[in-house]
Amino acid sequence: MIRFLGLRLGRAILTMALVVTFAFVVLRLSGDPALLILSADAPPEAVAAFREAWGLNDPIWQQYLRYFAAIARGDLGQSMRDGRPAVELVAERVPATLALTVPALLIKIGLGIPAGVYAALHRNSFADRAVMLLAVAGFTVPSFVLGLVLVLVFAVGLGWLPSGGQDSWRHAVLPVVTLGVGGAAVLARFTRSAMLEVLGQPYMRTALAKGVPWARAVRRHALPNAAIPTVTVVGFMVGSLLAGAVVVESVFSWPGVGRLLVVAVANRDLAVVQCILLLVAATMVAANLAVDLLYGALDPRLRGPARGATA
Amino acid sequence: MTERGEPLLHAQDLVRRYAVRRGLFGRAAELRAVDGVSLTLRRGRTLGLVGESGCGKSTAGRMVLGLEEPDSGGVAFLNERMPPPGTPEWRRLRARMALVPQDPLGALDRRLTIGAQVAEPLEIHRLGTRAGRPARVADLLRGVGLRPDHADRYPHELSGGQRQRAVLARALATGPDLLVCDEPISALDVSIQAQVMNLLADVQARTGVAILFISHDLRAVRQTSHRVAVMYLGRVVEEGGPDEVLHAPAHPYARALVSAIPDPRRRGGQGGGRGGGRGGGQGGGQGGGRIVLRGDPPNPAARPSGCAFHPRCPDAARVCAERAPVLKRRPHDGRLVACHVAHGEAAPRDGTTRPVPETVR
Repeated sequence: MIRFLGLRLGRAILTMALVVTFAFVVLRLSGDPALLILSADAPPEAVAAFREAWGLNDPIWQQYLRYFAAIARGDLGQSMRDGRPAVELVAERVPATLALTVPALLIKIGLGIPAGVYAALHRNSFADRAVMLLAVAGFTVPSFVLGLVLVLVFAVGLGWLPSGGQDSWRHAVLPVVTLGVGGAAVLARFTRSAMLEVLGQPYMRTALAKGVPWARAVRRHALPNAAIPTVTVVGFMVGSLLAGAVVVESVFSWPGVGRLLVVAVANRDLAVVQCILLLVAATMVAANLAVDLLYGALDPRLRGPARGATA
Repeated sequence: MTERGEPLLHAQDLVRRYAVRRGLFGRAAELRAVDGVSLTLRRGRTLGLVGESGCGKSTAGRMVLGLEEPDSGGVAFLNERMPPPGTPEWRRLRARMALVPQDPLGALDRRLTIGAQVAEPLEIHRLGTRAGRPARVADLLRGVGLRPDHADRYPHELSGGQRQRAVLARALATGPDLLVCDEPISALDVSIQAQVMNLLADVQARTGVAILFISHDLRAVRQTSHRVAVMYLGRVVEEGGPDEVLHAPAHPYARALVSAIPDPRRRGGQGGGRGGGRGGGQGGGQGGGRIVLRGDPPNPAARPSGCAFHPRCPDAARVCAERAPVLKRRPHDGRLVACHVAHGEAAPRDGTTRPVPETVR
């Protein structure tokens, strides 16, 4: 178990280092930072002074090490637009994004998993077909279309809810629903197929042949085994808590990380873009790590090397 | 071999049909997986049910266990009619009969320890006390040649043979009267197969459990069974003691099956057969050659007219395409066989009493 944990943790750290390196490379590829920041028609002396000041004349590996060390210290540079630290700018947007994505995640799990389990247990029934039809619809309609339709119906048509902004909880309803429905559909489809697979396993048949009541067989054998693949999808959803709302935040003009990303990209505010990139990557890596640990708890085969099979 | 002992199970004229549909808009066709099978099993005895894949032997096994309801015919267990699935009486019967499935790894829940899985039948049938269960599980594991400390292991930590032993321990947990072993050894290495078969024989000698041994492996059936029934396309075509059926088969299909057993000793005229008197009777009457069946492999959705075997049968006479033979006792030697030619009611197509088999050297 310790070995398993250490391995996964090491892999997570390696992934983050690769992401940081990737950000560095992309930053270099996008052009000369001096020209980008000072504008292309800056006087040559100013460019030279800038390069000197930021160490851009040093060999690339020195710059890379310096950059790596700065990030390790938590220094992600300043925003080009207002000179504030990029971390600060991003950090103040995080709560707004979580205010959308956390309730949306609860909807996905609370709606998607029970719907998928129900559909699998009542395979080919009317309820199953209805759930799957809704799931396909929810899964294929892009979030910006769904968001706009919801705005048209509930904000423009009925006038029940505001169409955008962040002044009260009522403003959050439409974006949360938009985010939640699509994810619930994905999760419902996934849970259903995971359940169906488990229900067809010989150990389920054997359990029933042994006289295990259906409800107990489902509770004891089917649900825990079906949870293993489902955890992967939920983990991915947890990992995209920060990055998953870019489109929806834009549609509903919600001032979260996603909106900040769109604005920063438009302004070529590289420090902010890079900061968001690292933050999103860190969330995803952390979620993956959590999923790996959960796997270990759910599936004994992954708990480390098997004890001697012979003997 | 004579049949003694209490009749434990009697299945009468079991029929199971499935509706199959060809393509999305195709007409629904009827597939007769099992088409009038009768089986009798006594305590402490093993009935081998053999036939190629798709002949309906597993479906017959599920109906015997009451896991699937026959469309017609019925199963009587201890002279009581099998209650409908899901009823409390049916559930109580689960403790009296058990299934040993083909793939031991698939039959075990990979998330639970062996001990938890062996204990589960005890829990659901409320057998013994909670405190006494670990000791009972340890006994069961010892009884199938595992160690008590295997109880703490997970299925992936056992070898294939150990898994099948664990599955058997679970099946035996409630002290059943009947085991239905559905291809119990075909997923195992040859070296392990013999161990598991010996174990089944041991368990039977110790507990007196009756076994329905479903297999396509005639050697395994010869080694384990007191009686053998050969199925072809949903029907039993020949039944009898392993000596008769496997050494001097009367039905042409059984003859073809038997001739396909690889046996290094056959050229010396010895029809194999081993294992303490079980299926003994060395030196059966097979000639050297292997009979290779011609024609299409059987398709239960398009059952040939008359005798289902006639398109592939080397003996087939005209009547075989017209009238289905019934399984009945042959007057002169008492053999149970369903074949017009074997009963002498029709002459084989080529006029000889026995076809010259195509020989494969």
